[in-house]
Amino acid sequence: MSRFLKQAWTIAAKDLRTELRNKEAISAALSFTLVVILLFSFAFDPVSNPDIRDLSGGLLWIAYLFSGVLLLNRSFARESSNDCIEALVASPVSGGALFIGKSVSSFLLLLLLELASLPLFGVFYSMDWARDFPMLLLVLVLGSWGFTVIGTLFSAVTVNNRLRELMLPLLVFPMTLPVLIACVQLTTVILLGDPMWDSIAWLKLLFGFDIIFTLVGAILLEIVLLA
Amino acid sequence: MSESAIAITDIWKFFGEYPAIRGVTLDIPTGRIVALLGRNGAGKTTLLRMIAGLLPPSRGHITFGGVSGDPQLHAASIGMVGHGQWLYEDLTARENLNFFASLYDVESAEEKINHWLEQVELWTFRDSRVNQFSRGMRQRLTIVRALLHAPPILLLDEPWTSLDDRAMDLLSGLLQRAHTEENHTVLVSSHQLRETLQIATHLAVIDRGKLIFEGPNRDEFRDSPHNFYQRIT
Repeated sequence: MSRFLKQAWTIAAKDLRTELRNKEAISAALSFTLVVILLFSFAFDPVSNPDIRDLSGGLLWIAYLFSGVLLLNRSFARESSNDCIEALVASPVSGGALFIGKSVSSFLLLLLLELASLPLFGVFYSMDWARDFPMLLLVLVLGSWGFTVIGTLFSAVTVNNRLRELMLPLLVFPMTLPVLIACVQLTTVILLGDPMWDSIAWLKLLFGFDIIFTLVGAILLEIVLLA
Repeated sequence: MSESAIAITDIWKFFGEYPAIRGVTLDIPTGRIVALLGRNGAGKTTLLRMIAGLLPPSRGHITFGGVSGDPQLHAASIGMVGHGQWLYEDLTARENLNFFASLYDVESAEEKINHWLEQVELWTFRDSRVNQFSRGMRQRLTIVRALLHAPPILLLDEPWTSLDDRAMDLLSGLLQRAHTEENHTVLVSSHQLRETLQIATHLAVIDRGKLIFEGPNRDEFRDSPHNFYQRIT
């Protein structure tokens, strides 16, 4: 188990180091998120129209969804240069460790992006996002992980596809629909300060989705890469 | 007879309907340097990739050290230099080697990395990013990457590509040392006939996916490699 975790972390650390060094995906994703938040705030004017705040969870997750795809597109594309993906397949790293490593790096980048955008969101939508921050963080973590594991698996599927930038969202969006609906519902409730009791089912759905698709991805990745 | 390091039994590989490898059976005992020769498209790379576990065979099987199974299970015992260099452009030479050392659980990695970087004359460039390296420097680093975990089996596909004379001699020396001192098994495919035949103990020639010659290397081959090659193919 410790070998599995060590290999997974080695892969995640390598991806994070590479991304933080060249900032290929994170800069594009962060810019996109900030622009979407800014544009929506001008389009809906949430300060003058408080009812618009009911849409806040949806607006936030639309930005995260598209930014997440930008990050995930690089996940396995990063390995196509110099055929590095073959180095990983030929190494003693299991498909599961590779999957977890790749997922962790994309997840941490997405979470970083989400946390960086929240203060701006609070200013433009005049919302107290820190009111129930632990719960909001839990939803961001569970939602981002669910989105990342599906995205990582399909990033591997589309890595050799010339239209991967187009194919990835087409494959990922329908699959992650349950996660997105749950995240939108939960985020809206948290941001509006409504009681959480009615939304526990969405939280359970997120937990279940994350566990199931983490296992599915870890099992399938090796098959996908050798196909 | 020494134990088989690699035993290939009636292996086939189809790409669609086309049989790229046709019933190759080849036994490679431990400690041999086998030169895998053949014209472009003969199937050398396909065969090496199947041994490395990068391509599943359509038929037949490969065993390592007498144990049958998926070649991926034997990944730790294989070092490969393929057509792709398997190096990360945005990482330094040392970061690349540290990454692979960690994946292969190499003990005293830092010490070994320093040793190998000195061996291939890349010590000065240890903290330079690979995207600043020339092709020859990358190839030397690729060879270190393959040798770092001291694999008992080395699969080398065109290892002399992009190397200057000095680096070619360096690589030949490393391979001969791996053979004589460590008893490693080396399967090397190359179009650099002179260099390949200089170090090979045995030869295997593939033509259109079929193994057409297999046997020990001889001085007459080394003396006139092109005559040998013409005769065989």
